Amino acid sequence: MSEPLLRIRNLRASVDGQEVLKGVDLAVTAGEVAAIMGPNGSGKSTLSNVLAGRDGYEVTDGEVRYDGRDLLDMEPEERAAAGVFMAFQYPVEIPGVVNATFTRTALNAQRQARGESAIDAIDFLKRARETLDRLEMDEAFLRRDVNAGFSGGEKKRNEIFQMALLEPRLAILDETDSGLDIDALRIVATGVNAMRDGRRALVVITHYQRLLEYVVPDSVHVLADGRIARSGDRELAHELERAGYAAFQPA
Amino acid sequence: MSPLRETVETVERASGEYRYGFVTEIDEDRAPTGLNEEIVRFISAKKDEPDWLLEWRLKAFRMWLGLEDREPRWANVHFPKIDFQDACYYAAPKQEGDGPASLDEVDPELLRTYEKLGIPLKEQEVLAGVAGAGNVAVDAVFDSVSVATTFQDKLAEMGVIFCPISEAVRDHPELVRKYLGSVVPQGDNFYAALNSAVFSDGSFVYVPKGVHCPMELSTYFRINARGTGQFERTLIIADEGSRVSYLEGCTAPQRDENQLHAAVVELVALKDAEIKYSTVQNWYPGDADGKGGIYNFVTKRGACRGADSKISWTQVETGSAITWKYPSVLLQGDRSIGEFYSVAISNLRQQADTGTKMIHLGRDTRSTIISKGISAGRGQQTYRGLVRVQPKADGARNFTQCDSLLIGDVCGGHTVPYIDVRHPGAEVAHEATTSRISDAQLFYCRQRGLDPEEAVSLIVNGFCREVLQQLPMEFAVEAQKLLGISLEGAVG
Ligand SMILES: Nc1ncnc2c1ncn2[C@@H]1O[C@H](COP(=O)(O)OP(=O)(O)O)[C@@H](O)[C@H]1O
Ligand SMILES: [Mg+2]
Repeated sequence: MSEPLLRIRNLRASVDGQEVLKGVDLAVTAGEVAAIMGPNGSGKSTLSNVLAGRDGYEVTDGEVRYDGRDLLDMEPEERAAAGVFMAFQYPVEIPGVVNATFTRTALNAQRQARGESAIDAIDFLKRARETLDRLEMDEAFLRRDVNAGFSGGEKKRNEIFQMALLEPRLAILDETDSGLDIDALRIVATGVNAMRDGRRALVVITHYQRLLEYVVPDSVHVLADGRIARSGDRELAHELERAGYAAFQPA
Repeated sequence: MSPLRETVETVERASGEYRYGFVTEIDEDRAPTGLNEEIVRFISAKKDEPDWLLEWRLKAFRMWLGLEDREPRWANVHFPKIDFQDACYYAAPKQEGDGPASLDEVDPELLRTYEKLGIPLKEQEVLAGVAGAGNVAVDAVFDSVSVATTFQDKLAEMGVIFCPISEAVRDHPELVRKYLGSVVPQGDNFYAALNSAVFSDGSFVYVPKGVHCPMELSTYFRINARGTGQFERTLIIADEGSRVSYLEGCTAPQRDENQLHAAVVELVALKDAEIKYSTVQNWYPGDADGKGGIYNFVTKRGACRGADSKISWTQVETGSAITWKYPSVLLQGDRSIGEFYSVAISNLRQQADTGTKMIHLGRDTRSTIISKGISAGRGQQTYRGLVRVQPKADGARNFTQCDSLLIGDVCGGHTVPYIDVRHPGAEVAHEATTSRISDAQLFYCRQRGLDPEEAVSLIVNGFCREVLQQLPMEFAVEAQKLLGISLEGAVG
């Protein structure tokens, strides 16, 4: 098999001086959908934030290679331009900046960093409309301020919309399914499945197995107490659904 | 290209230096250093002014002497005392004879300066629709004199007068005499008195009854000479039922010394008339240690003299070491409307004390104040505003919103609203917020591919959107760029 798109080796990271990731090992190949499950507080969001390069998360050991590069050595925006996307567990509001402006600015910033030409407003609008259509989202979305006054479900769908437009090579979805009703969940799943084209990799972080009914994972990993405690196929998800995380909770 | 894209690209291109900081090598005609009656006479003589104006100036000068040591001290700005005798009150690019009759006679070096500033000076370009030129008539004031006014002929066809004020004194004395000082009297305040005594040039606009001015009128001010102040005077009169939109832009070279800019702008809107006055102020702000920069002490006031008239101020203040400025509206006519939309940035060691005064005199008058203050670096910013409702102003209404955005933790944002209501039925509403650009917002933008400066620029542009929307297109783009550039280095 070829070199994985993402390889995490013995990753240790601290937040506020407290070690949260205690030696994570994980490989995700292009085309793969890897689910990461685990109890609350096990470090799932910490792992996503470290991969995305957020300040305040101190990596103390280990390495992360992405597409042949040292991911931890890159600025957050360089990672984004290189195709790393993170859907936030808690998307941020930016008052006064409309979604259309935000996503187009982001798209063009990434394109520029990659040496590609900018997309003009008209082409962008066309793409954005098609994407919205696919995600059964209203066009009015584009004219609303980024996440401002959005319901929880709208925020999550906005993350999926951005992902669909930015076409990342590695998407990390941090509990995008939490708090969604069944219709929203289906739409999120549609967006995620549309990304599966054999070249992209998806890391789907979830607390429940529910999303995995719609997005069938190639591998399932249990993150517990800052480590990958167990890996398996989708059967593992079912098992967790039945037995819960009790076996993985620190005594 | 979208304004935002342009913003982003400009921010990328700009090196973080003040981009308009070049000096133009040009022969100058200067007054001797210092200020006394002789200098006032010198300026008046240079301009070949009629006696009434010389007398008007001398009266102002005497008032200024009376106000000496009465500089306003209530503003939240701090700077060493200015030695008004150590400045030059008149500097002009040297030229043959009376002044340029057409653009062809303007010193090519000057034209190159304006080109560098991105001003669509050449009428041919404008008429040929060259990209970026836009439908804008331009008056360019270089140090103390107006050097070129475009589109005069086309405007004249509609009866619109748009010319240097010195020319208006000569060609339309009845209008100038009637309105000059009618909104900002000579003795109004220390800086206004100084301006009235020594003002050198500026723009004059008269829009006749019922005429909707067919294009944006614009003045670019540039301070070039060393050791000079700039004291321009602008007078705009919108006669009954007329409409005009006027834009003002400013830059200055980068110098270690502080330079004084004390302008006066007077607006008069008669019955049913509407004046929209927009400013993009980008005077040199000084360096990160607070060395150099323009002292921008400006008196701007409009009078809604007739019923159903409207005056709207929009300002984007990104430059200057110190800004002291309160564009105001006297709401005299019944049902008249006053608006103030402001974005002000204080970065580096800039200090800005700015706001507005809305004085409700007529019935059913309305005013709106939207102020967006951004402080970064070691910048200090104060919104200072007065809403006054006089006893006869039945049905007066005001809405004020002041939002402050802080970037970093060594800057300051302050809000000082004065509300003086002398009518029991007045409706006055004031809202204020203070926020910061959060790490979460910055990271969210960076995760999507924006670098920190692009992220700040985007968030700030969003914060200011309500105000930027008020600007005419030509200026909105420029203003967005400036916001980005002014905040470079604001996040580490
Ligand atoms: N920004 C933060 N500041 C302080 N503690 C944090 C922060 N982020 C995470 N933690 C701590 O790290 C641990 C793991 O949190 P997190 O990665 O959010 O877990 P999960 O996403 O799996 O629920 C928790 O104990 C949490 O309290
Ligand atoms: Mg989490």
